Amino acid sequence: MKSKYLTACMLLSGMLFHSVTRGQTEVDAIMMNKTQFCAGFMYNYSKWDEYWEGTLKRNNLNLGDVSSQSVMFMANYGITDKLNVMVGAPYVWTKASAGTLKGLDGVQDISLNVKWKPYTKVFGKNKLQLLLVGGVSTPLSDYVIDYLPLSIGLGSTNVTGRLMIDYVHTSRFFATGSAAYVWRSNVKLDRTSYFDTELHSTNEVKMPDAASFQLRTGYRGKYLIAEALLSNWTTLGGFDITRNNMPFPSNKMNSTSAGVNAKYTLKQHTNLSFLGGGGYVIHGRNSGQAFNVNAGIFYALYFNKKLDKNNFNQ
Amino acid sequence: MKKTFRYAGMFVLVTGTIVIACSKDINDRTANLPPLEPASTDIDAGTWKPVLLASPDEIQVPAPIPTNVPDYVAQINEIKATQADLSDEEKGIVKYWSAGGILRWNEILRELVAKHNLPPYQNEDGTYPAPSATNPLAYPQFPFANPPYAARAYAYVSAAQYDALVAAWHYKKLYNRKAPYNVDSSLKVLINRSELPSYPSEDAVIAGAAAEMMKLLFPGDQDYIQKKAEEHRRSRIISGANVRSDLEAGEALGKAVAQRFVARARTDRAGVAGGNPAMWKKLEDDCIARGETPWYSLEVPKRPPMLPAFGVVKPFLFDSLTTIALRPGPPPPVASQKMKDETKEIYDYVKNPTREQIRIVHYWADGVGTYTPPGHWDAIAAEDFIKKNFSEVRWARNMALLNMSLMDAAIVCWDTKMFYFNPRPTQLDPAIKTTTGIPNFPAYISGHSTFSGAAATILGYIIPDRASAYTAMAAEASLSRMYGGIHYRSDCEIGIETGNKVGNYAIERAKTDGAD
Repeated sequence: MKSKYLTACMLLSGMLFHSVTRGQTEVDAIMMNKTQFCAGFMYNYSKWDEYWEGTLKRNNLNLGDVSSQSVMFMANYGITDKLNVMVGAPYVWTKASAGTLKGLDGVQDISLNVKWKPYTKVFGKNKLQLLLVGGVSTPLSDYVIDYLPLSIGLGSTNVTGRLMIDYVHTSRFFATGSAAYVWRSNVKLDRTSYFDTELHSTNEVKMPDAASFQLRTGYRGKYLIAEALLSNWTTLGGFDITRNNMPFPSNKMNSTSAGVNAKYTLKQHTNLSFLGGGGYVIHGRNSGQAFNVNAGIFYALYFNKKLDKNNFNQ
Repeated sequence: MKKTFRYAGMFVLVTGTIVIACSKDINDRTANLPPLEPASTDIDAGTWKPVLLASPDEIQVPAPIPTNVPDYVAQINEIKATQADLSDEEKGIVKYWSAGGILRWNEILRELVAKHNLPPYQNEDGTYPAPSATNPLAYPQFPFANPPYAARAYAYVSAAQYDALVAAWHYKKLYNRKAPYNVDSSLKVLINRSELPSYPSEDAVIAGAAAEMMKLLFPGDQDYIQKKAEEHRRSRIISGANVRSDLEAGEALGKAVAQRFVARARTDRAGVAGGNPAMWKKLEDDCIARGETPWYSLEVPKRPPMLPAFGVVKPFLFDSLTTIALRPGPPPPVASQKMKDETKEIYDYVKNPTREQIRIVHYWADGVGTYTPPGHWDAIAAEDFIKKNFSEVRWARNMALLNMSLMDAAIVCWDTKMFYFNPRPTQLDPAIKTTTGIPNFPAYISGHSTFSGAAATILGYIIPDRASAYTAMAAEASLSRMYGGIHYRSDCEIGIETGNKVGNYAIERAKTDGAD
């Protein structure tokens, strides 16, 4: 059953002010078997015209539609059946449809995640798994961060620890819930001083940490996976954008989004998979109300043919 | 499975180490300064030339009570009682304020400017509301501390503090009351000892002048300002630097001098600098009548130009006729080849800006939500002044010279901008996308360049060994506006030149004010 590995390469994207492009693999419960490798590209497009200035919903005629596009390379390798390692890095473009501000583009953050499945319990037709994911991400380039909402990223080095619980029924319906703590490093601006809620005579900005939650459920079949997901990002601290001010990296950026994902693996050629998905921010704070769609293609390599790939998928 | 644990363990160890190794505390550059230790007491500063006061004794300060009477002893005992059990908070207050009163109030002012430097959001009908000084907390809050407003605020507070300190030094020398720790050697002293007479307290003068002046400038922030002033005075009791009567006399003097400046500010024409629709239209019509293309706002909805009548505000260093005399000749005509070439030059800068160019743009942008270019120059100056160990009165004099230059630069610049009403590069070529916000007023001459030219000139006089550094900074600030896509070369070059001329007026004043 090769298809499952490919799901491991999905992405989710673009829900906050900056164009977040997060790997999806570290948020799902799918593991690759030992020595198996898959890699591919995801394209993502996100756009918003309304955003939350603090808790106030508004638009901005001097920005119009703020959009970002990204192409992310991702790779996933099974060190063992229960330990996977993933890397990813996107190139991001931003744009505002109105006003005079120039969009930016560049290589954003590289991320490295290690996913470990220490515990599995089968009872009757049900299976319960516990997964732990640890990740690090850091900017690959010295991109501009103090230019929101058109910066390509926030510039912090993040260390993430995630706990995940996955339930699967033999009918192939599943549900996964996860919670993560994201430790974020301080960032440095190009200017020597800034005002958040007080004046700081330094270029260094203290970035509040964040929490991330996700629920996903759907059908995880042999060739098709279809799921709905609900994601939340909550900044643990930070401040609200003041009236008619610009966003700032250490704002209290929160967002809750709903979305769907699908993945299809070719029956004739199971090395190849296609992915697609979309989402919409249903609630936020200091965040854009983004709509996003994505599509990707992944290719899998099976280095060890002897392995049983037809065991219970997931 | 064992292997799995080993990998997992290594991973936890590595990530855990990263988290623990990186402290998130940030250090402000001026948070941990040593107490001010002036190289000279400038004991004769009472003879320095004030800005507004006709003489240093224009405001009467009564003679202090002698230091051997029970009332004075009671005041000494107040210090002793305060010092008997000092909390960390109290020590922190002393540490903060002892770095220098002029420095700290300049920082507070910069903070309030940054807080209030936000353009009002439009009304439903596409017009824009104006902040109201009589209802400062209603939206849009008063003031909108944009660059001209900020330049004027920095100038008034600095000049009021300077005049008040000249008067204070006059009385210090006249009454020659010793500092409490020189009267009673058993007092703890948490600051650097000084032979400077302590009556009236220079710190209370500084706080009183600032707080009184800022009532007018930031009427919605009185709680915060009064709390800071009270804390400043308290720091002097805690540290053993002043008895209460030093502080009371200082506060009264500071306030009284500031009231002279408040009276001037009420009639300096800044109150009507926002203009009105008829005036905005006339600026446009006059430009068309000269056969030129007028500036229009690139904001949606179109916003009236920022403080279009600021050019007629009464300057500090010269009169309004000189404002007009300093107005440079016209920019290249919009239809001219020179203007086409200059527009093309800006397009080439913004088409594919380098990371270093964007860094320069953002380093000097000082736009919305910041303390503005005048505040940036104050910050640059303050960090250099710290190293010079100036007395408070010399700090005030140098800050006043700088900030009067910056305000007068704003006046000359705004007069020029509104007189020529020249479009921004993006208006002439919409393909010019900018890497910083386009300021909502005409291009010629560049405000950043005029401010920077003026500041670099007077600062180069005050600290000659930094003159070439200031010139280089001004040149970079000026260039940043071309890199950002919001100014032509003419705006920047003529802006620097014009700013230099304004700065020279400050030098003329400095040469004759008795301080050098």
